[in-house]
Amino acid sequence: MKRIRRLMIANRGEIAVRVIRSCRELGIETVLAASEADLDSVAARLADRTVCIGPAPPARSYLDIDAVVGAAVRAQVDAIHPGYGFLSENATFAGRCGAAGLIYVGPDVEQLRAAGDKLEARRHAATAGLPVAPGGAVATLAEAEALGRKIGVPLLVKAVGGGGGRGMKLVRRAGDLSDTLHLAMSEAQAAFGDARVYLERFIASGRHVEVQIVGDGERVIHLGDRDCSVQRRYQKLVEEAPAPALPDELRAAMHAGAVAFGRQLRYRGLGTVEFLVDAERGEFYFLEMNARIQVEHPVTEMITGLDLVAEQLAIAEGRPLRLRQEDVAFRGSALECRVNAEDARQDFRPSPGTITTAVLPAGVGVRVDTHIEAGTRVPPFYDSLLAKIITCGTDRAHACSTMLTALANCRIEGVANNLALLAEIVADPAFARGGVDTTWLAHWLTRAETHASNS
Amino acid sequence: MNLTHADVEEILKLLDASPFDELELETDRFKLTLRRSSAPAGGWTQENATKSSGKAATVKPAPAASAAAAAHVEDGTVPVRAPLIGTFYRAPKPGAPPFIEVGSHVSRDTVVGIVETMKLMNSVYAQAVGVVTAIEASDGEFVEQHHVLMRVQPAK
Repeated sequence: MKRIRRLMIANRGEIAVRVIRSCRELGIETVLAASEADLDSVAARLADRTVCIGPAPPARSYLDIDAVVGAAVRAQVDAIHPGYGFLSENATFAGRCGAAGLIYVGPDVEQLRAAGDKLEARRHAATAGLPVAPGGAVATLAEAEALGRKIGVPLLVKAVGGGGGRGMKLVRRAGDLSDTLHLAMSEAQAAFGDARVYLERFIASGRHVEVQIVGDGERVIHLGDRDCSVQRRYQKLVEEAPAPALPDELRAAMHAGAVAFGRQLRYRGLGTVEFLVDAERGEFYFLEMNARIQVEHPVTEMITGLDLVAEQLAIAEGRPLRLRQEDVAFRGSALECRVNAEDARQDFRPSPGTITTAVLPAGVGVRVDTHIEAGTRVPPFYDSLLAKIITCGTDRAHACSTMLTALANCRIEGVANNLALLAEIVADPAFARGGVDTTWLAHWLTRAETHASNS
Repeated sequence: MNLTHADVEEILKLLDASPFDELELETDRFKLTLRRSSAPAGGWTQENATKSSGKAATVKPAPAASAAAAAHVEDGTVPVRAPLIGTFYRAPKPGAPPFIEVGSHVSRDTVVGIVETMKLMNSVYAQAVGVVTAIEASDGEFVEQHHVLMRVQPAK
């Protein structure tokens, strides 16, 4: 066991701020690794120290393994927290941290590889007894055609190195398989440096429900579930915990499945097991595992009262899990809205710029994770997340009404934002009932557009 | 008040990004009217009149009256501008052939490049009918909004 006294945060934006806050609580000194575009960010001001790791484009800073590891060694930190995105699931990076004598705050290199290789993750899931959508690896067109006949159309051609909605192609007619397969393989090679693909039955309508797990390499427990079905082009917009309108047996089976998957990997760290759920039929399928902290982790924190970053750091120090499953209690309901710098009226066009006004909501049951304030420059080089507004209540309706008040009390000027859209979503009767599927938002947006052009 | 050529260009840029077809700007001393032309290549026509002060607004009529944000420059080409700030790419993905080359024929909705902003890929449309005569931004270059990426010789 090695105490973490000084930690480097190899990330930016709200997650960098979030990690710094936990470190302050724990008495850990923080060193922020920032690009030139982020040297005067809120995170840079909050960190005990900021070091520049390169120019603004991510490839030359936040994704540059040599720059990050080199800066960490020079700053004499004990550990590196990768946040989400960037190098957070990069096994090579984790290996390089270890080789430099640094603690990587995340799972072991082998576990990162197993989760990152979507085919291997699928195999582990099947071994652990989790349902996976019919499908499998294909190396040639003949294999693909044979398997395609077995699973039927529509089906998905997925890149082994993909994930999070990237590297997927839909085949609607059997005759299109050959063309799509070749295209998918060459695109996978270009995007992920790995041409391997696999086929999977396409499940048209389902809910995205995920289970938060945490393990110390020996024991694995779950911290409940989240529903992230409100998505646009695989980008989550509104998340909540617990997932609404799920039969108890189905929920229990998913929790057990996620824990079994973690045990199968002897998982050490914080992870999320994603499922596609057909609530009507009472079925679920393993989608993938995310071996890092998630954007939407605060909704879990709100209903469990835990600090997931603190748990992550304790495990990284080599401590055994501090919790038993029966210690984890769930209270009420929590919602998260992602406030993005994008113009919903102009086809979600991103809107970098300088924040002129930032009035953020506060009050009982309201939490805001953000990296903006008046004067913050939002660079064009990174994602458009400005803030996460999180609310909790005694039940879901309470969390929703608190959210509507919070959104109404939030004012951000200087860049376009999606606050109005978020409020419309949360106020929608179908959302209020709970349990919408992943196609719901796209249909909702189309209807809203038609309505706007007719009026 | 002195309205420079740069001022007019700036106004034209704003107009180009706007849904409006006409701008009338009136101050105590002058009146400026800009209208989107109905020609296929788009563009703007300008009228300006100085008022009672008798002092001419210092607008050079010829270049400022050009189209698509000062479009018809001396050589008659129309610039294709970056729709927003970001990184310009000439090809759909690394290693792929570019969308267009000098000499390519384009129509208004031809995709001629990509500008990556906030991890999103935004298509750049030619917005003009004609032939590409010059490509002025290089692949991977960081460009400001309205930066001239290439030029198109409008078809007659």
